[in-house]
Amino acid sequence: MKLNNRPYADWHEGLTIRGVMEHMNFTWPKLVVKVNGQLIWPEDYDKVVLNEDDDLKIHHLLGGG
Amino acid sequence: MIRMCDLPRYADADMEEIKKMKEAHEVLNQVTYDPTPLHRGYTDKRLKIDVTDNSVSIIDIPQEVKEKFTGGKGYCLRYLWDATNPDTKWNSPENAITMSAGPIAGITQYGGTGKCLVCTISPMTDIPIDSNVGGYFGPFLKFSGFDVIELTGKAKEDVIIVIDGNKGTISIEKAPLEHKDAHILGEELTAMYAEDENDRKNVAVVCSGSAAEHCNLSMLNFTFYDPKRNVVRLKQAGRGGIGRVFADKHIKALVCHFRGVKANLNDVYDIKIINKDGLKFHREVATQDDKQNSMRKSGTAYSIRTLSDYDILPTHNYKYGGTDKVDEMAPEVWREKWLTQGGADGCWYGCSMACAKTADHFLLKTGPYKGHRVCVDGPEYESAAGLGPNCGITDPQVILELNFYCDTYGIDTISYGTMTAFLMECYENGILNKERTGGLELVWGNAEADLEMLHQMARNEGFGKIAALGAHKQKLYFAEQGWGDPAFLNDIAMEQKGLEYSEYGCKESLAQQGGYGLTNKGPQHDEAWLIFMDQVNNQIPTFEDKAEALYYYPMFRTWFGLLGLCKLPWNDIVPADNSLTDEPAKVPEHVDNYLDLYYGVTGTKIDRDDMIRMSERVYNFQRIFNIRLGKGLRKNDAIPYRSQGPVTEEEYLSRQERYDRQLVDLVGYTREEVEKMTLKEKMAATRRHRESEYEKLIDAVYPKRGWTLNGVPTVAHLKELGMDLPELLEIVEPLQDVQP
Repeated sequence: MKLNNRPYADWHEGLTIRGVMEHMNFTWPKLVVKVNGQLIWPEDYDKVVLNEDDDLKIHHLLGGG
Repeated sequence: MIRMCDLPRYADADMEEIKKMKEAHEVLNQVTYDPTPLHRGYTDKRLKIDVTDNSVSIIDIPQEVKEKFTGGKGYCLRYLWDATNPDTKWNSPENAITMSAGPIAGITQYGGTGKCLVCTISPMTDIPIDSNVGGYFGPFLKFSGFDVIELTGKAKEDVIIVIDGNKGTISIEKAPLEHKDAHILGEELTAMYAEDENDRKNVAVVCSGSAAEHCNLSMLNFTFYDPKRNVVRLKQAGRGGIGRVFADKHIKALVCHFRGVKANLNDVYDIKIINKDGLKFHREVATQDDKQNSMRKSGTAYSIRTLSDYDILPTHNYKYGGTDKVDEMAPEVWREKWLTQGGADGCWYGCSMACAKTADHFLLKTGPYKGHRVCVDGPEYESAAGLGPNCGITDPQVILELNFYCDTYGIDTISYGTMTAFLMECYENGILNKERTGGLELVWGNAEADLEMLHQMARNEGFGKIAALGAHKQKLYFAEQGWGDPAFLNDIAMEQKGLEYSEYGCKESLAQQGGYGLTNKGPQHDEAWLIFMDQVNNQIPTFEDKAEALYYYPMFRTWFGLLGLCKLPWNDIVPADNSLTDEPAKVPEHVDNYLDLYYGVTGTKIDRDDMIRMSERVYNFQRIFNIRLGKGLRKNDAIPYRSQGPVTEEEYLSRQERYDRQLVDLVGYTREEVEKMTLKEKMAATRRHRESEYEKLIDAVYPKRGWTLNGVPTVAHLKELGMDLPELLEIVEPLQDVQP
């Protein structure tokens, strides 16, 4: 599995998007999440189970002036 | 939680004292004028005041200047250039302070539309500094009939300048009795020039503070009166020592009085467009802010914990990117315990984002106002991070006390935080000691010593005199005294071009190293904040990608400063469906809102490319202005190694797994080779790699910006932009073929 175009070493069976976020300590509130190019809304972060060859993108939108 | 509805109002100023102060004024010059009404965002008038001879001139702004420089920062730089020459120093009488709000500023329908830009030749960098600020002065100046004000000369004694936009008067007055510290001076002048309590909201004051006479880090406070709290609020044009120039001119304050703010003072082209976008924006804030950044509750300090999580929060002079004590100053701590909730905390009318938070009736524990209960404006993220973890401090009480005193003394919190972090690291390394600091034990986290140093700066006493120099001059001074290894001092002093870094660690984001290093004014993040795109999202992996980002974002963000806009409503709140757009990071719908606002105000339609072109004209002008003053070349874009990689062994060891892995993945060593390397060898290899990457980045960025590899705008690029002005060509033509 890839996360943001980098190999993701901690994939395991049943891994969800929420699981990746917790593992990576992604705590930023404004995220755009796509799996294989398909947009995933926040209410589905717990539901979407990731496959070993998935291309996951968790893009953080900047803030600040 | 402290709620606005429960908040006692602050006490009124003593009107008898105010009366005595007013009576002590001596009017040096007073002129009357007919305020030019705004038309489509512009008055096309410039106000020039020279405090040497107290002359006041009102001058037409030519159409060509309007077309090429737009307004705001563009006007500020144009007229700063015209006032100065290649030999002008920060304290030369001809050095000007220019202020301009830009054509969109002053509308009240959309968020963040009250910004004023301020420029001068900086005592810290010796080149133009630009700083943007909220508060009411910028819009009031426009409503009073002026797109830009230019202050030159030097008065013999402290003066205030008072513009009354309703009466059409401008006066220059000796003002001997008013206090110098901003929280008091702001109250005094607001009460003095308001006709009654209801009129206080119509007075805007610009002033510095008592440190400005001798401290390079001095800024300008811009006030607005907060009727619910009955207190004068302070916003800051913080960067680059503008307050020092102001004080050097013996200008104690600039006051603008304007009564009658309403929705269409700009006489806009089509108010319906503006109303429509404004409503859309306010709905977005109402429905999305709680789900996104909670700006209305926490202000910009909402991001502290996350930035610590991501190894970006500067800690111990940027050695590290986070602290395990971050929970002590997490957003909910500010929200629940310190910051008043439920106030209309916009720094200009109509901003529903309302991020100008305050800690109210805050009890001071040190300094000349010990025991007073005051209104602290902030802390904003930069202040909290710089005064806090970067110096090893996480106690909100201390951060607020430092924040308050920086503001009232007129000291930039960002420069103060970064500079103090540098001094603390010097102390920890024996470069400073108690003997050299006059007894201040500047170890990490020593709040008492930190506060005492700040008070000494304001009093111009003891080690405070050295602190007042700022990090750049300090490192030169320490080296001159034989205190410490000059190379180490260069590595750890987080300054570039003479300006202290703002508060983001960027070791793991090469693009952000460029975002800081390849700026015109010095390392302030307002040109480009690329850390997430680069370090976390990995969206711009190649040099070409990074160069594109370091072209687009600085130009896009410059546009806000030309128009009088705050950047926060662009990206601190985004539409609910922003994720569906092609480039969510650019927040395309908001960009379209800004194009609409420009059209609605001025009647001129522009597209996204035009927007970038408008900025490029001014951006290149500023670059050439730097060259005119002896900087602005590639060598001036070099950055301290602390911003690029681990300077010390403990830094390397703290992230050893990452750095070792990078030696394999990025530099090309085998795992076996890395295992055999000594720590020193690994650090040297890491440094060689990172410094070389920065040079490659520059090689990619300069051509993208239309510059030679020495950082000089090319003649062809200036022609393409319509900026082949004779005074610019005279400077760049001889440098076209000069190699770095």
